Amino acid sequence: MYKTTWNEKLFDTLNVIVLILLACATLYPFIYTLTVSLSLPSEFKLPGLKLFPRDPTLASYAHVLDQTGIGRAFFNSLQRTVIGVAVLLAATAMTAYPLSRKGFPHRGLVMKLFVFSMLFSGGLIPMYLLIRNLGLLDSVWALVLPGAVSAFNLIIMRNFFQAIPEEIIDSAKIDGAGEWRVLFRIVLPLSTPVLAVVALWAGVHHWNAWFDAMIYIQDLDKQVLQLFVRRAVIEESDELASQVELLQAGNYSSETLKAATVMVATIPILCIYPFIQRFFVKGIMLGSVKG
Amino acid sequence: MKSEAAVAAARPGRFRERLQTYRHNRFLIYMFLPGFLIFFIFSYVPMYGIMIAFKDYRILDGIAGSPWAGLEHFRYLFAGQGFTNALRNTVVIALLKYLFVFPAPIILALLLNEIRLSWFRRTIQTISYLPHFFSWVILGGILFTFLGREGGFNQILGYFGLPPVNWLIEPSSFYGMVVITDIWQSIGWGSIVYFAALAGIDPTLYEAAIADGASRWRRIWHITLPSLVPVITIMLLLSLGNFLQVGFDQIYNLMTPTTSDVGDILDTYVLRRLLTMDYEVGAAAGIFSSVFGLLLVIVANYLVKLYDKDQGIW
Repeated sequence: MYKTTWNEKLFDTLNVIVLILLACATLYPFIYTLTVSLSLPSEFKLPGLKLFPRDPTLASYAHVLDQTGIGRAFFNSLQRTVIGVAVLLAATAMTAYPLSRKGFPHRGLVMKLFVFSMLFSGGLIPMYLLIRNLGLLDSVWALVLPGAVSAFNLIIMRNFFQAIPEEIIDSAKIDGAGEWRVLFRIVLPLSTPVLAVVALWAGVHHWNAWFDAMIYIQDLDKQVLQLFVRRAVIEESDELASQVELLQAGNYSSETLKAATVMVATIPILCIYPFIQRFFVKGIMLGSVKG
Repeated sequence: MKSEAAVAAARPGRFRERLQTYRHNRFLIYMFLPGFLIFFIFSYVPMYGIMIAFKDYRILDGIAGSPWAGLEHFRYLFAGQGFTNALRNTVVIALLKYLFVFPAPIILALLLNEIRLSWFRRTIQTISYLPHFFSWVILGGILFTFLGREGGFNQILGYFGLPPVNWLIEPSSFYGMVVITDIWQSIGWGSIVYFAALAGIDPTLYEAAIADGASRWRRIWHITLPSLVPVITIMLLLSLGNFLQVGFDQIYNLMTPTTSDVGDILDTYVLRRLLTMDYEVGAAAGIFSSVFGLLLVIVANYLVKLYDKDQGIW
């Protein structure tokens, strides 16, 4: 019989230490940003770990939330997320269901078109010209439609629909249900796991997306939160506070304002993270089932 | 499906039969068309737009009406400094990422697999997934403050008496930061697929090895690692198709004017051409990376098939 050696106990201890260090290193930049966002400017420069603010203040948040642009940007992000998820689910399900039925004409060819789109794309510039020619610049549809029916989501959904026993669908049809009724009353209710995974994926994707908005949306009133953050924090424009305001202010500085701005965009994800994390891991497994 | 169609094609009157299939499936077709149209417009119409790379684009004439320019734009790409510099940076970053970022989640999965306390393992996993859920805008916002001269990273280094460095601004440390922050963002999420493979190993293999007196090391070396090799091979080959996609979101959000020389990659080059309305040259650069990517996918898929007939994309 086999016994644990001293050597292995050392390995186990080291392993635990390494993993704890990794977790700390992953979390610390987030904790640091949260602390800075709640601190006074004088504290920012003090040496030492920043695990919690010594003298917590909401001054930076008050100033950031006072900016006219950020509320608008938050609303725009929320809007594109809600519309984006709704359109994606409806359009993908309606396209995937016919492709899951055996007799559907040209099924093989259509699936090949979807797979090829994963391997090759026209690239940024033809896409931009297309959106411009369609007159979609400065419209939320430029952010919603291009990804609404993507090969990846479609294949996952079609595979799930295909696994629903044929007999259930046939018996509904014998009872006089049409295709739409079958989809909405039978197929979709049986597919809630895959719909939830795709919806969450799409939701996080839309909330985090910024590049398409940067290219297609020029009107600042229609800009999304991620780009507000980008302009304020990375491009360092005086979105948040003018130089004069910064010089006069005692209870916030450009660093604490930036940290607070980042946190405003981070907190919605942090709130749902504990719930969605497990779903996402499940989704990876669904996705790895071969199409 | 295929044989059905072949049989239908061989018989006379196949047109009528076709029509009948369409009629029979008409409600499914109505359901299918709107979504398919959206897909087709946004995936295949841009492929037609690629032509612009071979033309002298005039807005009023449209893409089809503009005169042909042959390969002039491609010649321009390789004659100038900008594109070749971007290509070189892209390849260097890609190789660095294969060397350091690719193995990281494998190591994490192996370490996690040796943890027997499941609550501890789950906690570490949950924490390690976290950065994956944020955009690089947010992560960049966090990192610019954290890695700045007065930021948290330099404060920690200060404990060890090391001088502060403006990590993201110094061109010499830029690649290092790109690699480290990419590991930070992707290690946990990337480990899921390897961890799942480890969880699928038949436990009787370990039991038999223990009964034979195999030490922990021998079990890792002779059972755990060999079981991971197929997954690693597939992941490596599949990632080849994205060789030139070295992380536009990350690099664009971490790049500053001081690091633009070392940080400029193909994707940022194309974006710059778009912003300067230099559409033809940008599209030519885009074609270069799409075609190169497609060729790599074909080669990779061939290699995957050589390795295991049942794997691969098609």
